[in-house]
Amino acid sequence: MKEHNIEVLERDFQAKIDNDIKIEPKDWMPDEYRQTLIRQISQHAHSEVVGMLPEGNWITRAPNLRRKAVLLAKVQDEAGHGLYLYSAAETLGADREQTIDDLHSGKAKYSSIFNYPTLSWADMGAVGWLVDGAAIMNQVPLCRCSYGPYARAMVRVCKEESFHQRQGFEIMTTLAQGTAEQKAMAQDALNRFWWPALMMFGPPDEDSKHTKQSMDWKIKRHTNDELRQMMVDITVPQAELIGLTIPDPDLKWNKEKGGYDFGEINWDEFWQVVKGNGPCNKDRIETRRKAKENGAWVREAANAFAEKRKLRNTKKAS
Amino acid sequence: MANKEWPLYEVFIRSKQGLSHKHVGSLRAADEQMAIDNARDVYTRRSEGISIWVVESNSVFASDPNDADSLYEPSNSKVYRHPTFYDVPDGIEHM
Ligand SMILES: [Fe+2]
Ligand SMILES: [Fe+2]
Repeated sequence: MKEHNIEVLERDFQAKIDNDIKIEPKDWMPDEYRQTLIRQISQHAHSEVVGMLPEGNWITRAPNLRRKAVLLAKVQDEAGHGLYLYSAAETLGADREQTIDDLHSGKAKYSSIFNYPTLSWADMGAVGWLVDGAAIMNQVPLCRCSYGPYARAMVRVCKEESFHQRQGFEIMTTLAQGTAEQKAMAQDALNRFWWPALMMFGPPDEDSKHTKQSMDWKIKRHTNDELRQMMVDITVPQAELIGLTIPDPDLKWNKEKGGYDFGEINWDEFWQVVKGNGPCNKDRIETRRKAKENGAWVREAANAFAEKRKLRNTKKAS
Repeated sequence: MANKEWPLYEVFIRSKQGLSHKHVGSLRAADEQMAIDNARDVYTRRSEGISIWVVESNSVFASDPNDADSLYEPSNSKVYRHPTFYDVPDGIEHM
């Protein structure tokens, strides 16, 4: 009887998904669906939060006040994105503290791109253009994800993201049109970020074990390779327009498929970075841990202040 | 005390005078005032609102999706509650 019940529940659940009816927090859902979403949403949240670090690195050294204000606003947006996503994970029963502890202990993953250093101001351009560009490519289809709270968070995020990419491209354009040294700086940033940005879409389809199930559940709408191809096709003409060269000798327009062929991605490097051996993995986690420790007194003070305010209000009321 | 978990608040925003407050998301804060301050920072950075409500999530009592049939089914059969149910003779206007 019980098994029969589960079967019916699962069938109704899949029927909803097939009919594009969103799943909401209190609805019945298979445990694997819940776990898959908790993993994906919390990883996504961690990426937003850790993603603030490479850019935070340049806020105090932005070349002028306009750039500084823009970069600050962008980084502040990313903090907001982290919050929307942690909240979405909580609707599935994830514990906020535990989720963050899992990041700090190295148990939880985040996007490997943020384990690369930002060495020059031009990297702020490359990150906005390519990293936020790739993030948008990933996030736009997630606005139609089957889980309501995740989809709604993505709608907000996507609205905010569009300026992120533009401000990055503006930095690149300005440098590319500047002195020879400035142009070389932009090219160097593109050289370093191009391949890691393409890796952001995850392993090739044949090695991506979760893709099929995630697509049946409409958590994912495109495969990793499809998204990567879209990214290449959109970005190459943008680079050409501002006179920068994509660092790929194998890049070639393929008329038949109506897209670019591109070179082999170094998946060894990708897995090394995922496993914790990227240039900045240790540094990023260490910074996060310290931020939490050093912020402890602020949270304590907030608690004390809240207590005091409550006391004052009850006194007033009596 | 530092580890005391802050309560979760649901955030509602009125986007402009004349519209109702609408649920936009949730956040954690030490108390209501801090929840309002944080909601302002997180949910109104692009002039999305002119008024904020926060409600502790624990205080929201929600209907059970399993009761959906018994709760909402009865209204499906009452088509006469809609104006399209009625025949209006040709030539009648403004009705
Ligand atoms: Fe973001
Ligand atoms: Fe962004």
